Amino acid sequence: MRIGGLLGVLVLAVLVSALGVIYAKHEGRKLFVQLQALEKARDQMNVEWGQLQLEQGTWATHSRVERVARKRLGMEMPAPQSVVIIRK
Amino acid sequence: MSERDDKQSYRGRRLLVLGLLVLAAGGLIARAVDLQVLDRDFLKGQGDARYLRVVEEPAHRGMITDRFGEPLAISTPVDSVWANPRVLIQQREDWARLARALRIDRAALERLLAARQDKEFVYLRRRVNPDMAARVMALEIPGVNLAPEYRRFYPAGEVTAHVVGFTDVDDRGQEGMELALEERLRGVPGAKRVIKDRLGRIVESVERVREPQPGEDVALSIDRRLQYLAYRELKAAVRRNRADAGSAVILDVRTGEVLAMVNQPAYNPNNRGRLKRSHLRNRAVTDVFEPGSTIKPFTVAAALETGRFRPETPVDTTPGYFRVGRKTIRDFRNYGLIDVSTVIQKSSNVGASKLALSLAPERLWKAYASVGLGESTGSGFPGESGGLLTDFGGWRDIQRATVSYGYGMSVTPLQLARAYAALASDGRPLPVSFVRRSAEEAAELAALYEPALSESSLRAVRRMMERVVARGGTGTRAAVPGYRIAGKTGTVKKSGAGGYVEDSYIAVFAGIAPASDPRLAMVVMIDEPRGEKYYGGAVAAPVFGKVMAGALRLLDIPPDDLPSMPGQRLALLHDAAADKGGAH
Repeated sequence: MRIGGLLGVLVLAVLVSALGVIYAKHEGRKLFVQLQALEKARDQMNVEWGQLQLEQGTWATHSRVERVARKRLGMEMPAPQSVVIIRK
Repeated sequence: MSERDDKQSYRGRRLLVLGLLVLAAGGLIARAVDLQVLDRDFLKGQGDARYLRVVEEPAHRGMITDRFGEPLAISTPVDSVWANPRVLIQQREDWARLARALRIDRAALERLLAARQDKEFVYLRRRVNPDMAARVMALEIPGVNLAPEYRRFYPAGEVTAHVVGFTDVDDRGQEGMELALEERLRGVPGAKRVIKDRLGRIVESVERVREPQPGEDVALSIDRRLQYLAYRELKAAVRRNRADAGSAVILDVRTGEVLAMVNQPAYNPNNRGRLKRSHLRNRAVTDVFEPGSTIKPFTVAAALETGRFRPETPVDTTPGYFRVGRKTIRDFRNYGLIDVSTVIQKSSNVGASKLALSLAPERLWKAYASVGLGESTGSGFPGESGGLLTDFGGWRDIQRATVSYGYGMSVTPLQLARAYAALASDGRPLPVSFVRRSAEEAAELAALYEPALSESSLRAVRRMMERVVARGGTGTRAAVPGYRIAGKTGTVKKSGAGGYVEDSYIAVFAGIAPASDPRLAMVVMIDEPRGEKYYGGAVAAPVFGKVMAGALRLLDIPPDDLPSMPGQRLALLHDAAADKGGAH
């Protein structure tokens, strides 16, 4: 009787723990899937960020800026006579 | 009786059947134990191997930026096309369009697949652009997949090529700072376990085995604006003078940081298809040359240090040549009786030799060694050369004389720039850094050095060097309007196998600015100019002048020589808003 009762409790405990494992595993999978989705989004944004940085880097190349300033905008270094030096 | 007989007669059979059943059950149990306990790991492993895979998750390499955070090297994810040869080998009819989409030869594709047909993985083409990746996947050929990888881009291209260096196809640093900073830049790839189907597609990610660790971003000491300016002017000068090569280095005098370092010929690190080995060399760090007259300021500083010479002490250079042993030291022309300052201004070899011969060899050697000549600059740049300064113990008269005007020793452009930076401050040669460094850090490092030249001698030498750039000097074309520049020209005969080569020179200019409170030290070296003029003052000094003018303006360093600019308009700060003329 006593041993039987103990056995019953143990069997129950095993069952509960087994269900717990299943639940935890399922939760883990769900969270992992969520993590994957978020990481994918992050990676996508990283890709975009990298490409934007590159694009900016390419547009802002000094040689290009200089070419545009001189040729298209007709800019030039001011002559010394037209420069005013400011003193504190 | 008969019943008992019956019972007795079946007992044997019963035992037999029972025995067989026990045996069979025992067999089953044994097999179950065998499978479940003894062979468990092997079988589970085999089962998992059918569909579970550990795949690598790439981690990106850290970014290299200039001192203000402008990118110089960025990794962006791109796709690499790979295939499962076992599957693809059966899709013979798809090969032609696959090869076309990948822009590779069909025969090459066939060979690749044939060679790897019993494997499950082969790269078809690595690091393709996004358009191509999309086109290939649109074909929907079984067994063909994409894998994310990183590709390194260098937005500044050839302008920073030698300093930044590059990485190989596996993202490991090969040259330059990419190699020197490998430990910090490198990302550690992670790993995850995934379930794959028969065609190798990832069906589900199961767990993460290892977190990917991206590399660290590193800011170099380079100023991209100065770098571009120096590159543009050096390139133009090398082309104009039909020279073989050239280098230019700008150092921050106060911190020992490299603000710009450029070389010709250069290469584009984004497209290294046809590349000559010689173009890869960062000559400013790896190549040595005899510094020639650019060493004279240190010779003169050593002479002033004895207290026996002052800037106005006369030195007789008549008749323009001077015999030491079997060798004759010559000046460009006979300068006659001149003072120590004029030795620098006119770059008199005879004068420098006479000063050197009046000094104890150790004293002279110490003046050179104390500014870092003959030792590595401490930059940690891969392949750096330490130059050569032989020990004074072996110097005979002729060596003492020739070393005083820069022959019989060798330096890299970076070493020379470091020596000039020491000359521009208090005589301590700060170790050079390619990575951003704070003023406190620089001060700590400076404390480790024992200057051999006093600040008063250095100041006097700098004043003499200002006359080099002034009217009547050898380096007038290095002048920058509004600023006091101290510099020295050098025109060095190139040495080849078996002595000095005729009509083959290196033109050098080394200088510091502004002379009243030095901030920048710069060296320009142009190798074998083949134009009409080959003097340092004609070839290298103009590069110095143009780059320094831009650098001083970009760094907001105020002019220290306004009286030299007649007609220059000045405004007091509170008037600035009222004056629309052109404040900057």
